[in-house]
Amino acid sequence: MKILVAMSGGVDSSAAALILKEQGHEVVGVTMRLWGGESDTGCCSVSDVDDARRVAQQVGVDHLVFNFSEDFNQHVVEPYVASHVAGTTPNPCIECNRHLKFDRLIERGRTLGFDAVATGHHARIVDFNGRTRLARGEDAQKDQSYVVHMLTGADLNYVLFPVGNMEKSEVRSEAARAGLRTASKPDSQDVCFIGSTIGRAGFLEPRLTFNAADVVDGDGKKVGEVPAVELVTLGQRRGLGLGGGDKRYVVAVDVPLRRVTVGDEAQLFVSETPVGSLVWPHVEDEEFVLSHDVLVQGSAHGERSLARLQKSTDGYSLKWARATRRIAPGQTVVFYDETDTVVLGGGIVTA
Amino acid sequence: MKYVYLDHAATSPLRPEARNAMEPFGDVVYANPSGSHKFAREARRAVDEARDVVASVIGCRPGEIVFTSGGTEGANSAILGTVRRRGGQAVCTASEHHAVLHCVEHVGGVVVPITKDGPVDPTVLRQVLADTENVSVVSVMAINNETGAINDIEQVSHAVRGRAEGAVLHTDAVQAACWTDLRSIWPHVDVLTLSAHKFGGPKGVGVMVVREGVTLEPLILGGGQERDRRSGTHNVAGIVGTAVALQVTDQHRDSEVARIRVLRDSLINGLTSRIPCAVPTLPSGQGSAGTAHVCLEGLESESLLYLLDTEGVCVSAASACASGAMEPSHVLEAMGLPASRIKGSLRFSLGHTTTQEDVVKAVDATVKAAERLLAAQK
Repeated sequence: MKILVAMSGGVDSSAAALILKEQGHEVVGVTMRLWGGESDTGCCSVSDVDDARRVAQQVGVDHLVFNFSEDFNQHVVEPYVASHVAGTTPNPCIECNRHLKFDRLIERGRTLGFDAVATGHHARIVDFNGRTRLARGEDAQKDQSYVVHMLTGADLNYVLFPVGNMEKSEVRSEAARAGLRTASKPDSQDVCFIGSTIGRAGFLEPRLTFNAADVVDGDGKKVGEVPAVELVTLGQRRGLGLGGGDKRYVVAVDVPLRRVTVGDEAQLFVSETPVGSLVWPHVEDEEFVLSHDVLVQGSAHGERSLARLQKSTDGYSLKWARATRRIAPGQTVVFYDETDTVVLGGGIVTA
Repeated sequence: MKYVYLDHAATSPLRPEARNAMEPFGDVVYANPSGSHKFAREARRAVDEARDVVASVIGCRPGEIVFTSGGTEGANSAILGTVRRRGGQAVCTASEHHAVLHCVEHVGGVVVPITKDGPVDPTVLRQVLADTENVSVVSVMAINNETGAINDIEQVSHAVRGRAEGAVLHTDAVQAACWTDLRSIWPHVDVLTLSAHKFGGPKGVGVMVVREGVTLEPLILGGGQERDRRSGTHNVAGIVGTAVALQVTDQHRDSEVARIRVLRDSLINGLTSRIPCAVPTLPSGQGSAGTAHVCLEGLESESLLYLLDTEGVCVSAASACASGAMEPSHVLEAMGLPASRIKGSLRFSLGHTTTQEDVVKAVDATVKAAERLLAAQK
């Protein structure tokens, strides 16, 4: 097969290219230039492109660079900023996967005559209930099915995850065996377009207006102040100017009213969570999920909770089997089958 | 696969005459030309002879030649070297190569708009110079590296002399050496810069011609080898190769310009007649003989370049950033082209190795690539 491998300059995608090449495929590596601004970390810095190119040379495949920075700005950075303005908690990595790594790259791959697009994600493509589906990666610690959950059955027929059935340690030893310079490179951690020196607040500051807000308790009594309501997240405990005393958590963020409400931890537990922007691997899956309990994951590597999706006139909500800690609006929920293996759909928390 | 190389504006293959001339200067004539022994004198003689050859091709005095590391160093020396020496404002056109543009921006200078056809309008330049206080250096390229648009340096010179008396006029002539008699440019400017690998010389060598009486603050300090205008041990082999390549280029220029212009025109005609969305960037018949610049409106250069590459056709789009990603062309933006056209830009640049067969293959491959991308859009 003729395969386009997305190479971020990390060890996983390096190993993906290596494995496919050794399997005898015709492989072309591509690094997506996503962020035009300054950043010292993540998958779009020049040194990462250097690593990807050098690995491609060592593996013996051609290496291209595609400049998707305009799309990245439009689909990832601008919504990231807008989300903070609206007081919600965005997941830019998921939006990047949705719009860039898969949407744009799949389109490019098809246009240029490739038979498949591969990435270094730790996820597997399996047959489940007679359909192609996404499943958790072999390495439970490194599983990335949560961040690529939006892939549909049609996408999955075009996508390959060559390291999805490997432990991370195997990935590293494969890369080391081939002498790839990325073999012991640390995993990327933070949001790639935000440099570790400026941080989230430093990145957002020139892009939106921060508004100070009162911190109030359940009775509406002012107990503190924050300099930027836009930076406050539901469930947050620190940085609220509350001093000592009992542990108090953010239980509500009201951006228009410039008000942050704190309370005790019990107030963060809910029996129901409204969700929207649902995606399904196959159209029939909506019906299946509405009629079966599913395991719901609300953050990368987060815990799973049992719930049933319900549909009402004003949208969808997850009815939890047991009261569950609230997931911040803007965060993604992914539905897994009862064995916690196969992705059956996902959505975004709306309130 | 037989490859077609139409990226001479990026780099032109080393001429065999240059390669042969350079050969002894590694392990036979290896001495440092600044030394005082027999071996050093041999090396020094090679540098001095090369300087004479380059001077004769440009029409300047040998003492006005400074050998540099390339076009970028030359542009930096001309602009930063003037501002550091005398202060004042730097001015350049919007279509300059980044080697010039980034220097002018670095010192907070003024960028002059260009016309939709590519060149700067000398009247507009004159006006900007009249409106700008204390201009110390003006930089206007002879031929644009992306589009091949030609600036009339004589007219530019009149504008500068009339409005910014005493300012240093620099021309980036990097793309001009193959297509224009440099003797027709030099009389009008104070500093002229060249890059050897654009005319079949080696990479890493450049020529900066500085008119006698013009003093630039040197950027590179040290042993003062280039009469204190530039330091660093002479790149003897590179300098020798540069002189030979320039001489050969000069000897064949008239016939090459005529030969390549025909090929260039047939390339543009082939593309625009067979690809409905292909639009030539410059008005018909204008621009340097070596450049065929077209925009395939609505298509993406990155995809076109990949498909052409798989067919063995080497061309380019705009300039690439440090990561290797294509950046939208500032030159085409300055010409006011719409984004849909800028995104589909392609530059075919021809040179001394280009044949009729190359042009036919390039047209066929581009037609095929465009058809594939257009079909995918449906």
